[in-house]
Amino acid sequence: MSRYNAMELMLVVASRQLEDGKIVAVGTGAPGAAGMLAQKTHAPNLITLFEAGGFAPLLPSMPISVGDSRTTFKAIKAGSMNDAMTMFQRGMVDYAFLGGAQIDMYGNINSTLIGSFDNPKVMFPGSGGANDFASNAWRIMIITPHDKRRFTPKLDFLTTPGYLTGPGAREEAGLPSGSGPYKIITNLAVMGFDEETKRMKVLSLHPGVTREQVQENTGFELLWAEDLQVTEEPTDEELRILREEVDPHRYIIGRA
Amino acid sequence: MEIIARGQGRLLMDPDPDRAREFFRTKSRAMVNKMTTVKEAVKEFIHPGDYLVVGAFGAVRIPTAILHEIIRQGIKGLKFGGFTATHDFEILAAGESFDFVDNAYIIGLEARGLSPHARRYMESGKVEVVEWSNASFSWRIRAAAMGVPFMPGRVLLGTDTFRHSAAVAVRDPFTGKPVALYPALYPDVAVIHVHEADIYGNARIRGILVSDDELAIASKRVIITAERIIPHEEIRREPERTTIPYYAVDAVVEVPYGSYPGNMPYEYYSDEEHLRLWLSKERDPEEFKAFLKEYERLGISRDTINEFADKHGIDVFA
Repeated sequence: MSRYNAMELMLVVASRQLEDGKIVAVGTGAPGAAGMLAQKTHAPNLITLFEAGGFAPLLPSMPISVGDSRTTFKAIKAGSMNDAMTMFQRGMVDYAFLGGAQIDMYGNINSTLIGSFDNPKVMFPGSGGANDFASNAWRIMIITPHDKRRFTPKLDFLTTPGYLTGPGAREEAGLPSGSGPYKIITNLAVMGFDEETKRMKVLSLHPGVTREQVQENTGFELLWAEDLQVTEEPTDEELRILREEVDPHRYIIGRA
Repeated sequence: MEIIARGQGRLLMDPDPDRAREFFRTKSRAMVNKMTTVKEAVKEFIHPGDYLVVGAFGAVRIPTAILHEIIRQGIKGLKFGGFTATHDFEILAAGESFDFVDNAYIIGLEARGLSPHARRYMESGKVEVVEWSNASFSWRIRAAAMGVPFMPGRVLLGTDTFRHSAAVAVRDPFTGKPVALYPALYPDVAVIHVHEADIYGNARIRGILVSDDELAIASKRVIITAERIIPHEEIRREPERTTIPYYAVDAVVEVPYGSYPGNMPYEYYSDEEHLRLWLSKERDPEEFKAFLKEYERLGISRDTINEFADKHGIDVFA
């Protein structure tokens, strides 16, 4: 039996991406857990930001809403959505986490609907703050299960911008240069984006996962890093903190 | 300015600042007692076809009593600002109270999952939708609060969200780069739950604001529900704590535990069991109808909610 499950691995990998002293916008669920884990391990000065106006709380436990009381517990400021969103726009937000129903090879995300706009088969909440985060945070990260339905060649609706249609497209549309999708962390692999083509590129495979397995679960052709790695496993200490301090009720790690 | 792209969504509300000024010129400045009841506030200030925005965020600091009263009075055809809307949207969708939504966030209840009934209603084709994001929607409110026709910003650009919005992308005359413009939104009516208010409508909010300070001054009519009514002297003693000034407000209702089953910062947390009960009852349309009838019979107040809770075996105000 493995020392850890897929969700635990994803959270540990996500937390390691977050540098100390930076600002990360988190939501409920997995991103919040990854941020908390980073704060309790290598990044004690990492600042968490909630879009409803909670700045740098000392989270006592997982919030269930991006605006609930926990997001301002011992915070430095309880502000407004404008306070939060203009911080993104000014270039002060280093990382943001997102999820979605579909993602394409340029890291564009759909969280609005399946089907067509005039005749939707399934409707989801829409952008929320996702479009805003992805437009203006420096580095966007996505934590998601890896399957063909989700990693699709064509989105039914482009809710949230990745690299849009490829190199230069963000800037052409008026989005800030130097920003965009950074890492995609799944239950199979960690992916980044090719510098030149802006296409999704596999950087590391999780222990025991094969290239074929990743490609088979992806609806478009992936690029592969020349120095393809094996994802570094969680340490016992990371797992202990995650299980005992971050998510003792297993709200998130119990989902794997 | 060169127009680069136009969203195809319908711009329902007039963004013209001069017509807004004409309205605000006539809005009463009288500091008079505006205390009323939930029933009267809805009857007087919320009419079929009105554009409604509900304050705060998700199931945090929501004016639950007013939302249920809208259903009870059978008000239909509302135009709804679906801005960080969760349980509030769920309630109004239960009443099928709206037929138009400017959508920033709807249907979902964040980490709790999606509302089956709200989803069925939205997928039924009975509701026209225009897409936005949280930031762009909040900046539409900000533009109205400032009395300008639009706010510029750097979200929505390049996406289908933009294509189905009523935003416009232009070339910024200063930098030559594309920038999006979000048209001012002056809601007909806003309903905001606050911690404290005096009888004139001077209101205090603690914790996150979301956009409620600007929503109140951008809206033509404002209903405040408050956990507590405080003496006017309290307001005068600490004016820096006033979030919403009385001259923006048309009606004040005292509703203790008014955000229930939502969270009220510094006062009570959300009742997750109750919110889960909604989600489970919604799976079956017939069962949901019966559930709503029970809600309607009891109304929402501290006294009656316990009866409801006993019946459904959930623990409230324990």
